[in-house]
Amino acid sequence: MSTQVRYELRCRECRTTWGNQPVSFCQKCFAPLEVAYDLATIRQEISKDEIARRAANLWRYKELLPLPDRFESSLPVGFTPLVKATTLGEVFTGKSLHSKSIYIKNDAVCFPSLSFKDRVVAVALAQARNFGFEIVSCSSTGNLANAVAAQAARAGFKACVFIPSDLEPAKVLGTQVYGAKIIRIAGNYDHVNRLCSQIADKHPWGFVNVNLRPYYAEGSKTVGYEIAEQLGWRLPDNVVVPMAGGSLITKIHKAFKELAELGLVESKNVKFFGAQATGCSPISTAVKAGRSDIEPQKPNTIARSLAIGNPADGFYAAKTIVASGGWAEDSSDPEIVEGITLLAETEGIFTETAGGVTVGAARKLYAQGRIKPEETTVLCITGNGLKTTDALAGRFETAEPIPPKLAAFEEHIGRELVNVPAGGD
Amino acid sequence: MGITVSIPTAFRRHTEGLDRYDCPATNLKELLDAMETRFPELKPHLRDEDGKVRRFLNIYVNDEDIRFLGANYKFSEGDEVTLVPSIAGG
Repeated sequence: MSTQVRYELRCRECRTTWGNQPVSFCQKCFAPLEVAYDLATIRQEISKDEIARRAANLWRYKELLPLPDRFESSLPVGFTPLVKATTLGEVFTGKSLHSKSIYIKNDAVCFPSLSFKDRVVAVALAQARNFGFEIVSCSSTGNLANAVAAQAARAGFKACVFIPSDLEPAKVLGTQVYGAKIIRIAGNYDHVNRLCSQIADKHPWGFVNVNLRPYYAEGSKTVGYEIAEQLGWRLPDNVVVPMAGGSLITKIHKAFKELAELGLVESKNVKFFGAQATGCSPISTAVKAGRSDIEPQKPNTIARSLAIGNPADGFYAAKTIVASGGWAEDSSDPEIVEGITLLAETEGIFTETAGGVTVGAARKLYAQGRIKPEETTVLCITGNGLKTTDALAGRFETAEPIPPKLAAFEEHIGRELVNVPAGGD
Repeated sequence: MGITVSIPTAFRRHTEGLDRYDCPATNLKELLDAMETRFPELKPHLRDEDGKVRRFLNIYVNDEDIRFLGANYKFSEGDEVTLVPSIAGG
């Protein structure tokens, strides 16, 4: 790495370096690329105090992101709340917890499009501009399309995104509203993804999760940086992370490792726990079978944002989990819905189906004793429940309206009061 | 009897620039054998030392991942085979 370049692409297998260019795999051995940093130089320039002085968004970790020189963003992406989840923890363990032991990292409220995909897109578009792309694109299970469409609108890119034809209406609308072009593919996400690889091979478009993928994926590290900083610059004992392509879990691992190498946190063996839907569980199946080679599956789950049967980083996700001493679990469709409502009723957080997967898997991990009540555990909630309300269709009754009269209210409440749940702190 | 293989840009420096390759193979093993004979420089990128398809190489027959079709899947006349060196997405 030259002294001017803080980061460059490096093959995850043969370690060949490729400078900086819009390409996702090694041109020598065809394995995936990732961004490697000159951490020795960065160590001289970064400090907790300096980070604390910066605005509360993911750009506060700019030295650890692959951003072009003099890049400035006005978009305050990231730095989502890390909230204690004591009531949820009590449900998981059946007893009172130490008050600091379970947390929700709430990317359901990430800016601007209400999922963690805002983080990766923010970094990818910085490089899309740098490489001169005018059209940005992606293959998406929904959230990514929302994030690309929203940020492309603000940054002045044309956006054209590819989605499977069966996505939730709110995720389709939440892309169209920004003026992005949507191409619906008659097939599942893996069909969409393969097509996008072929298009990216032929057309000079900036596909955030194809030819810009190594840069894009680095944005996920900010989830890990924020967790560490919000815990007071220390690492948790465990993290529970939903897995689709498997990238997020590997990047949180990378983030923790970098912070330890930079001396910003004490080094620690954090256990990584992956969560998948039972109807699309190629990574958790591999972990449970004690292997890291992934056998693809045909997805069949209500958690469409996680419905990737051939996960690009499945191999690395499984390896990360096993090496950390963690585990992987999966949630069935009813368990996903139960997870959504449980998180809403206990912590006041409305997550999408992927969050239901994470809550359902975490519940099992506590029950199995793989996660212990006294350990500090962070559940990563990556998306917002308002985007997947169809998963809850028919679950709640629509109340009959009552006349706007006090007497009618008194009569109604007398009848209904027994059904009003008690509030809690 | 014949199938057509779409060769991605990254492979073309090993295929004399060819972007399509017509082949009489009737199954995956015959296809890989034929490609390795025709394009020897491509050989280390298709299979590992044990003869297994490389971990990051994805092979599709028409629109289907060949792993769903099975290693012994018999090609049909006119099948389109697509190679994707390293799947991205997610």
